[in-house]
Amino acid sequence: MALSLRGIQKKIESTQKTKQITSAMHMVAASKLGKSETSNNAFVPYAEKIEEMVRHIVLSYGEHSHPILIPRRVKKVAYLVMTSDRGLAGPFNSQVLRKLENLINERHRQKSEYTIIAIGRIGKEYFKNRNMPVLRSATGLPDHPYFSDLEDLTYDTVQFFIDGEFDQLELVYNYFYSAISQEVVVKKILPLIAETEVDELRHEMHSPFLFEPNEDQILKTLLPQYAESLIYGAFLESKASENASRMNAMRNATDNADNMISDLRLQYNRARQAQITQELAEIVGGANAQQG
Amino acid sequence: MDKQLTVEVVTPDGQVVNDVFDMVVVQAKQGEIGVLPNHTAMISPVVISTARLKKDKESMKVAIGGGFIEIENNHVTILVQSAETPKKIDVERARKAKERAMRRIKQHRKDVDFRRAELALKRAINRLDLVGEDKKM
Repeated sequence: MALSLRGIQKKIESTQKTKQITSAMHMVAASKLGKSETSNNAFVPYAEKIEEMVRHIVLSYGEHSHPILIPRRVKKVAYLVMTSDRGLAGPFNSQVLRKLENLINERHRQKSEYTIIAIGRIGKEYFKNRNMPVLRSATGLPDHPYFSDLEDLTYDTVQFFIDGEFDQLELVYNYFYSAISQEVVVKKILPLIAETEVDELRHEMHSPFLFEPNEDQILKTLLPQYAESLIYGAFLESKASENASRMNAMRNATDNADNMISDLRLQYNRARQAQITQELAEIVGGANAQQG
Repeated sequence: MDKQLTVEVVTPDGQVVNDVFDMVVVQAKQGEIGVLPNHTAMISPVVISTARLKKDKESMKVAIGGGFIEIENNHVTILVQSAETPKKIDVERARKAKERAMRRIKQHRKDVDFRRAELALKRAINRLDLVGEDKKM
C-alpha cells in the first residue's frame, strides 16, 4: 500500500484512458471483421466456379503437360506466409511466424533449399532480420483488399513456379474457422495435383464441353488463374483472421482494464478510509491532550 | 424469341452482372465470339477487352480482365479476374495504372516484371477505352 491517494487516482485515470483506446480498437476490428466476412462471401462463387472448370478440363483431358500440374523433383520450396502490417493483433502474427520457422528448421538444412514470400510488414521484417531468404514481399495492403491489390504478388508467385524458381509452393496462414477460432494451416498449392490423384482422375468420364480452341490453350490460362485464386482466397481468410484476432485481443485488454480499475478503486477507498480514520484519531487524540 | 441467356459475370470481388440477355459478344483468344441462345456447351478463354451483353436493342458494356467464358444450357458464365461496368470504372486510377505500366515497360528489367506491366497496361487501356467511348455517345 505504498501509493498515495493521489497516486492511485492517477493510475485509475490512465487505465481508463487505455481502456477507451482498446475498446475503440475492439469496435473498429469488429466492424472490419464484418466487412472481411462479406468479401469472403463475395469470393465464394468465383472460387467454386473456377474449381469446377478446372475439374471439368482436367477430367476430360488425358495428357497433363502443363508444368503447374506436374510434380517435379523438389530442390527448393517456397513458403508464402501471411502476416499483418501492424501489431496488437493477439497471437495472429506470432503463431504463424513460429509455425513457419519451426517447419523450416525441421525440413531444411541449407538456405538454398527454401525461400519465403512474405505478405505483411511483420512477416517480411521477421525473416529479413533472421537473414532468411525473402524472395518477394507485399506490404501496405488494404484491410479490404480487392483482387487487383494482390494481383502483382499472385501473378509473380505463379510465374516464379512456372519458370522454375522453386518447385513447390506452400501457403502458411491463419485459417478463419470463426470469430473466436483461427488456426495456422500449411497448405500445399503448387504443383496443383499430387501424382496419385492424377491417375484417379483419368478414369473419370468425358466432359460434355467443347473446348475452344483446345484444352491445351485453356489450361495454359486457366491453371495459373486458378492457382492465383487459391492464394487470394487464403489471403481473404487471413485478413478475416487478423481482424477477429485483433478484436479478441482488444476485448481481453478492455476486460483486463476493467478488472484493474475495480482493483484500484478498492485500493483507493481503503486508503481513503484509512486516512479518515487516522485523521479522526489525531483529532480525538489532540482534544484529549488539551482537556487532560 | 422466347429463349434467352442467363448471364453471370463473376470476379473474385463478387458478382458484377446477373441478368437475362439475348446475346453475348466477347473477345476470345482466337477472335470475337457471339453467343446466342441454344449455343452448344463450351469453354473458351477470353482476353482483356469489352464484353457486350445485348437485350432488346440495348447493349451493356463491361470491361473485363482475362478469364473464361463457359456456356452450358443457355447459362453463360464469364469468369474473369476483374470486371467493371462503365459507371464503376475509376478513371483516375486507370490513368495512373497506365502511366505506371508504361514506365515499367520502358525500364524493362526482368521478364516477369515486363509481362506483368504489359498486362496492367492492357487492362488500363481497356478501361479507359470503354469510358472514352461512352463519353462520345
